[in-house]
Amino acid sequence: MNKKFLLPALLLFALPLLPVPEFWITQLNYIGMFALVSLGLVLLTGVGGLTSFGQAAFVGLGAYSSALLSTRFGISPWLGLCAGLAVTMLVALLLAWLTLRMSGHYLPLATIAWALSLNYTMANMEFLGKYDGILSVPALQLFGFSLQGGRSIYYLIWVIALLAALGVRNLLDSRPGRAIRALNGASMMAEAMGVSTFRYKVIIFMLAAMLASVSGWLFAHFQRTVNPSPFALKMGIEYLFMAVVGGIGNVWGAFIGAAVFKVIEDQLKDILPLLLGSQGNFEIIVLGVVLVLIIKYAPKGIWPYGVAVCSRWFPAGQRRRDWDGAAPLIRRTKPEVGELLLDVVKLRKQFGGLLAVNDVSFQIHTGEIVGLIGPNGAGKSTTFNLISGVIGLTSGQVSFRGAAVGGLAAREIAQRGMSRTFQHVKLIADMTVLENVALGGHLRSQSGTARAMLRLDREEEKRLFAEAERQLQRIGMASQADQLAGNLALGPQRLIEIARALCTDPALLLLDEPAAGLRHKEKQALAEVLRQLKREGLSILLVEHDMEFVMGLTDRLVVMEFGTKLIEGTPEVVQASPAVMAAYLGTEH
Amino acid sequence: MDFSIASILLLDGLTNGAIYALLGLATVLVFAVTRVIFIPQGEFVAFGALTLAGLQQGQAPGTISFLLGLALLVALLDLVAALRQGRRPVNAILTVLQQAAAPVAIGLLGLWAAPQHLSLLLQVLLTLAIVTAMGPLIYRLAYQSLADASVLVLLIVSVGVHFALTGLGLVFFGAEGSRNPSFWDASFTLGPLLISGQTVIILLASLALILLLWLFFERSLYGKALRATAVNRLGARLMGISSIAAGRLSFTMAAFIGALSGVLISPTTTIFYDSGFLIGLKGFVAAVFAGLASYPGAALGAVLVGLLESFSSFWASAFKEVIVFTSILPVLLWRSLRDPHVEES
Amino acid sequence: MSQDLLNVRSLHAGYGRAEVLTGLNLRLPEASVVTVIGPNGAGKSTLLNALMGVLPSQGQVIFDGADIAGLSLEDRVMKGLALVPEKRELFTTMTVEDNLILGGFRPMRLGQRDWRDGLEKVFELFPRLKERRAQLAGTLSGGERQMLAVGRALMARPKLLMLDEPSLGLAPLIVKEVFSIVAKLRDSGVSILLIEQNARAALEVADYAYVLETGEVGLEGSAADLARDPRVIETYLGAGAKRGAQ
Repeated sequence: MNKKFLLPALLLFALPLLPVPEFWITQLNYIGMFALVSLGLVLLTGVGGLTSFGQAAFVGLGAYSSALLSTRFGISPWLGLCAGLAVTMLVALLLAWLTLRMSGHYLPLATIAWALSLNYTMANMEFLGKYDGILSVPALQLFGFSLQGGRSIYYLIWVIALLAALGVRNLLDSRPGRAIRALNGASMMAEAMGVSTFRYKVIIFMLAAMLASVSGWLFAHFQRTVNPSPFALKMGIEYLFMAVVGGIGNVWGAFIGAAVFKVIEDQLKDILPLLLGSQGNFEIIVLGVVLVLIIKYAPKGIWPYGVAVCSRWFPAGQRRRDWDGAAPLIRRTKPEVGELLLDVVKLRKQFGGLLAVNDVSFQIHTGEIVGLIGPNGAGKSTTFNLISGVIGLTSGQVSFRGAAVGGLAAREIAQRGMSRTFQHVKLIADMTVLENVALGGHLRSQSGTARAMLRLDREEEKRLFAEAERQLQRIGMASQADQLAGNLALGPQRLIEIARALCTDPALLLLDEPAAGLRHKEKQALAEVLRQLKREGLSILLVEHDMEFVMGLTDRLVVMEFGTKLIEGTPEVVQASPAVMAAYLGTEH
Repeated sequence: MDFSIASILLLDGLTNGAIYALLGLATVLVFAVTRVIFIPQGEFVAFGALTLAGLQQGQAPGTISFLLGLALLVALLDLVAALRQGRRPVNAILTVLQQAAAPVAIGLLGLWAAPQHLSLLLQVLLTLAIVTAMGPLIYRLAYQSLADASVLVLLIVSVGVHFALTGLGLVFFGAEGSRNPSFWDASFTLGPLLISGQTVIILLASLALILLLWLFFERSLYGKALRATAVNRLGARLMGISSIAAGRLSFTMAAFIGALSGVLISPTTTIFYDSGFLIGLKGFVAAVFAGLASYPGAALGAVLVGLLESFSSFWASAFKEVIVFTSILPVLLWRSLRDPHVEES
Repeated sequence: MSQDLLNVRSLHAGYGRAEVLTGLNLRLPEASVVTVIGPNGAGKSTLLNALMGVLPSQGQVIFDGADIAGLSLEDRVMKGLALVPEKRELFTTMTVEDNLILGGFRPMRLGQRDWRDGLEKVFELFPRLKERRAQLAGTLSGGERQMLAVGRALMARPKLLMLDEPSLGLAPLIVKEVFSIVAKLRDSGVSILLIEQNARAALEVADYAYVLETGEVGLEGSAADLARDPRVIETYLGAGAKRGAQ
């Protein structure tokens, strides 16, 4: 635990004991409960990229479950918590199955839909008291103490909130955490590293729902009445607002956002009616305008400014290097030199009327560097994507180490020992180089979400980081391990992508235009790295445009034109071929 | 359920469906051209209905001052931007004045006309003018600078605008609802059905507007230009078709449709400052049914929503909203599976 | 002395953090065909996109006597620049005729009453488009789409027509057709800036040529001279190629 948290934490826990006004305590209680929900949104929306306007509905599920059970059936509120979580998880699972396969903007629309329908259901059920709700909800009892007053439930609320924050922080700095951080904008890459993106989407959706449910439970037993209006779409939007204001994507931003929202909302509730000379809830006008302004001018919220200030006073530390002597990860058995590694037979891809790849066949043996070249539009990238499982093939076979892999998903192909890089570099900008490379180790490790949140995964993390460091050393970038990946230039970024692919312990490395956009010196360095990898026994298939780069590096070239294989041979043969010259420079009329 | 009840529900569903169709069309239009999922569409409905109500009572509704305020704010911002770009002050001021002329004229006209107790028709026209003029101004203030943002960001902005407009609606109109007098007091019988003149007007106006929209998009170059912006924004820009002008035009049309819908339903329903949201949302459900892309699809979806709603209200009145909004989930799922989304790299 | 229609000085442009063009100079006289050739990744498309205003850029771009560097894309279109991009950017769900009519947006906005006459002229140039005028643009073959894209650009009556790899993905016979049309256009007074990977065909139709290599002009000269220059082959196939070919 960092020392910088000690003072605020002490202050926080001492507050109820001091003679501060009851109003402050109430405010802080609400802030804590709001922050729980907002925390879920930081994980779901900020990190995972799944926008949800409907978290308030899950708060309602937690609140109503416990309120109903404790008033109607006299069941202890603690069991009510379990019941609430169970109901929430069930509903969340159903909604996840229905909605998480939706892409783009369909998902947030779906969240609006179920937020509305859940809320109207709550408001129209007889046994839930319809619009009046449930009254006289009992207070919580803990070891004989009644947590009835604001000052007593305060501790429970804040302990839960802080534990949740720690859990989410631990989660984000772990194997599942790295997978989750790749969901937003790099999911194709994550699948190629073996991550099941759907599974992790469901996980963070459930976690966010559970956090909201716990908040609802606390709410029910704090306010002691439950009615449908705090769980309507409006509140759902306000939770998102809190996360956006606080700095969506930062765990502590959830707390800041909740605090800013609550304080401002209360002030506005007092000031605006005076200003406008009439009664009413006008604070949503300000809320709306502020939301628009934040999106336009400060899309990362308040948090980055806070971080900038804090990092001057409390500079962030680097990761402690504690993995010397960690046991190495399991390595797969490597193929013999000269063994037939990849066998592509009559590969064909049709996009509607367009035949992009026309019965292309070639082979790669272990220890070779093979280049796939051709003029623009020849079908090289499509062939590449077919082999690596990113798109499905129309017909043909691909065998890898004797087993058929044609048509398998990218995840399974990664499992077999083929790994790849991407034409547009897909690194996660706000993770360090080391963490990015460690994502490549996903398939070689096992820690799940629970272990990660409870920090029980430290041993495996050490092994992962040791391996990541090893791969960085292999390509000569170990000195950059602690840099944020987003701060590096394109050349180093391409090398890191290669290190990440190496971290999957592949037998065949697929490189998609690795030299694109590099300066001459960087290309030379890259070529040297690839030659070294070949000497170590790795096989490489690369797609490239840069002729000089390719000629000096590869053992064999496969030239494509108009989707068909034109010629295959050594660089000398290819360069001298008149057919190739015609393909690139054009035919004489 | 006997035939007479069924036919009443049918008529009800169709009438509401006609309004939802208009709003659905507006939603599809705005989304197709600007990629904005315009949640505040319903607020234009409420503004239309309540502005007319205000004029009916001889008062100048708050929407008039809001319009003037918006025009002023936009003029100021445009002036500052033009000066920053290095344009000559005289030119900049002239351009800004030119653009502000229409909304300011409408606003001032409104202020003069409000206490005059003009005929219903003139008041309707004035209402339409006032609310329609807000459309492009809101686009300029909230969305124009975000033209390249993702659909999601634009959606969040829409949510913010929705909040702001709803709250402002409360300021302008207070918490009480209003109902306007019917435009046509006649009533017709068709078998077991009693069809009011207002219903006839709603159905005719919707059909007319749908026809006009169809003609605009199919026959006029500007309509094709709007469609082109939606189909391929870069391609349209390469033709010289500015996506900002297209955005402004589409928001103007959406505001007009919203205002017209509000004016049409105000005699049959009591409208409160926040009634617009649910009405707009149902139009939105219709639009989603059409994948936010097809106009006939949206119209069909709207009729289905209207029918679903009226029949649900008969059988399970309390849950009619639940049914309508839950029904959107399978539609969204089907839509999202049909239109795969390319990962934004 | 004829004024250059286009005069580019010290153009810098790129994507995000990668700078592709590092100070490029180029001149295009009126009623001529200038071609820019070079291997992939050299920055040819970037050049056209920067000139059109699709990409931001630094440097001087003087078109028809005025510096257009600060103008938006739409304003440059109105000034008389037209681009047929690599991806064509057709309105695939609209008819061939509608695509062409939309090309007439510029003359219509400039108040030229006879803008619709351009439609018949385009159909004369591309009879196949006339046959397919009511079909959706998305159903056309590659070659037809290319013709539609060029026809649409011509509807705008541009002063400078910029073509980005017009031969891309086209069968050799169609490529021949396209380049003969380029020659016809030049003869009718349209200035053309042509970006091509197919160096031979481009050099045959052009008057002047630039060879682009990693963001800079490597060679330049009259098209006829460059067609005979062995250094061009070297640029495309790597330094070993010249030796290999001997």
